[in-house]
Amino acid sequence: MDMILRIDMGAAGGPKAKVEPVGAFAGLGGRGMTSMIVAKEVDPLCHPLSAANKLVIAPGLLTGTSASTSGRLSVGCKSPLTGTIKESNAGGQAAQALARLGYAAVIVEGKPKGDDWYKLLINKDGIKFTVDNSMKMLGTYATVDKLRKEYGEKVAYMMIGQAGEMTLMNASIACTDRELHPTRHCGRGGVGAVMGAKKIKAIIIDEAGTQMRAPKNPEKFKEAGKVFVEGLKKHAVSGQALPAYGTNVLTNILNEAGGYPTRNFSTGRFEGGSKISGESLAALEDKRGGPGSSTHGCHRGCIIQCSGIFTDEKGNYVTKQPEYETVWSHGGHCGIDDLDAIALMDRMDDDFGLDTIESGVTIGVAMEAGVIPFGDAKAAINLLAEVGKGTPLGKVIGSGAGITGKVFGVERVPVVKNQALPAYDPRAIQGIGVTYATSTMGADHTAGYAIATNILKVGGYVDPLKTEGQVDLSRNLQIATAAVDATGMCLFIAFPLLDQPDTFQALIDLLNSFYGLSLTADSVVALGKKILSVEREFNKNAGFTAVHDRLPRFFQQEPVAPHNVTFTVKDEELDKLFNW
Amino acid sequence: MVVTVRLFATLQEGRFVEAPRDYALGASVGTIVDDLRIPQDDIGVVFVNGRNAELDRVVSAGDVVSIFPPIGGG
Repeated sequence: MDMILRIDMGAAGGPKAKVEPVGAFAGLGGRGMTSMIVAKEVDPLCHPLSAANKLVIAPGLLTGTSASTSGRLSVGCKSPLTGTIKESNAGGQAAQALARLGYAAVIVEGKPKGDDWYKLLINKDGIKFTVDNSMKMLGTYATVDKLRKEYGEKVAYMMIGQAGEMTLMNASIACTDRELHPTRHCGRGGVGAVMGAKKIKAIIIDEAGTQMRAPKNPEKFKEAGKVFVEGLKKHAVSGQALPAYGTNVLTNILNEAGGYPTRNFSTGRFEGGSKISGESLAALEDKRGGPGSSTHGCHRGCIIQCSGIFTDEKGNYVTKQPEYETVWSHGGHCGIDDLDAIALMDRMDDDFGLDTIESGVTIGVAMEAGVIPFGDAKAAINLLAEVGKGTPLGKVIGSGAGITGKVFGVERVPVVKNQALPAYDPRAIQGIGVTYATSTMGADHTAGYAIATNILKVGGYVDPLKTEGQVDLSRNLQIATAAVDATGMCLFIAFPLLDQPDTFQALIDLLNSFYGLSLTADSVVALGKKILSVEREFNKNAGFTAVHDRLPRFFQQEPVAPHNVTFTVKDEELDKLFNW
Repeated sequence: MVVTVRLFATLQEGRFVEAPRDYALGASVGTIVDDLRIPQDDIGVVFVNGRNAELDRVVSAGDVVSIFPPIGGG
């Protein structure tokens, strides 16, 4: 992974590419790579859809090796949704293919003139650009069906749906999994719109003829890998709960805790919660699809296997097991308690190429505006369908919760830096509120997943209803997460990492034995801080100040039931988060 | 005195999802856990009325006790 593939979509005479040595960007990876490149090469004041924005695609430091659970992909740019720097992360197969081909990053610059759409083939012979207008306004499922006839079953596909083609602010980039379902998305922040602005419909990545990446010290790497896998297997979260129930296991616990945002953050508990819980979802999947349907790995080599397969009553494939965030955003947030309706909307989001969190929150905001009633699943499905049709209403919905709230004159719009809040109420769980407010990414839960310590008692315990300790908690998690995001590891390794020092050491040993380094735990912290500092600097130059590191006012003014609490972490405390 | 006990995920197996349970005054979360034969290693989080509680927390009539194995997500 010592090469960078630099693509100029706007070159005179048609798109061109050159291969460069990784140079100054050596030793980065994943979010470290994408943020460093965006911060160095993208004008923070550029229009995100302009030729000056860059789409940076990077596998992680351990991606493409035999290390378990290391297949994550980072995509970075200036975000059309937030206007900040953005790193959007997905599973699926693309990252491993790119890593095995030797690319530490693919940088897409410029934009072509004219209306032609391109597909890009990246394989061991280099890169080939082909004009292909035959997939215009096709959803991602139909796009894969067409592409696989030409490129086959053994390649990885990245593509945009209708939303990306229309350069809508909530457009995602879909990555295919091992069964070639376009279900693993670089979702947050509208990265699909940047791909669409550069007139790329699809990227086909073919690893044929490549090898797994070889470590400097194979013996030590193998040994560290064993300890790492043991650690993942023996921790109850990564070894049992996630494979059995998937992320939607969180519905019941957030509901019991009174932090499950219901009907656009109007209350903290949903009466339909258990109907759409992880327990109900897993049972339904296994009943319809046969035992084991609720356990599935999104990428080759993952042993956590938190995903699953959702089929309809007749046993026909509908979508992957919807994630907690998706079930919440189309479920309790909208007052909907029907798993089939939720699964259908998950498939539609994947097909149109939309972030499911933003998409569901947007529907709930539209409900608050009275466009459709809360709880009306059929109306929600029809509203979402407008996006794929490209109607003006669809374009509003496809532009996310902030824009939709403005268009319909809604006051209570749950966004920070214009990105929709995920599935945890910041009033009942103050730690996640700190992350939402301060993260460089906008309202983002994975950026500093305080839920782990506020609710799940992983990595200790900090009372979610109090202000004490929340800023320190969020800071430490944001630093650690930025570092993990650079490794290509799935963030769910964090559960065993936070509780088991020997598993954390195994991750460091994997990095050291692969690259011949002597990193320590302090090096990991330093890497995380470096990434965050670079992102903060970009955002500052893009015009972001302390006033943008705040939750919407109503979270401080409106108590949420059942605990009747507001968000009480003081602004001055939030402003101390990045002090180091 | 009667409390409502809710069990989740793997703890439901061989037990129940939600049930009223009768305990003597002064019973704690620990009493309930022992009564239901839940090994302490199998406990992730316990809430009493939606707030975190340890095993030594004494429960009152009408309380809702929610017991989870270790779980996670994101």
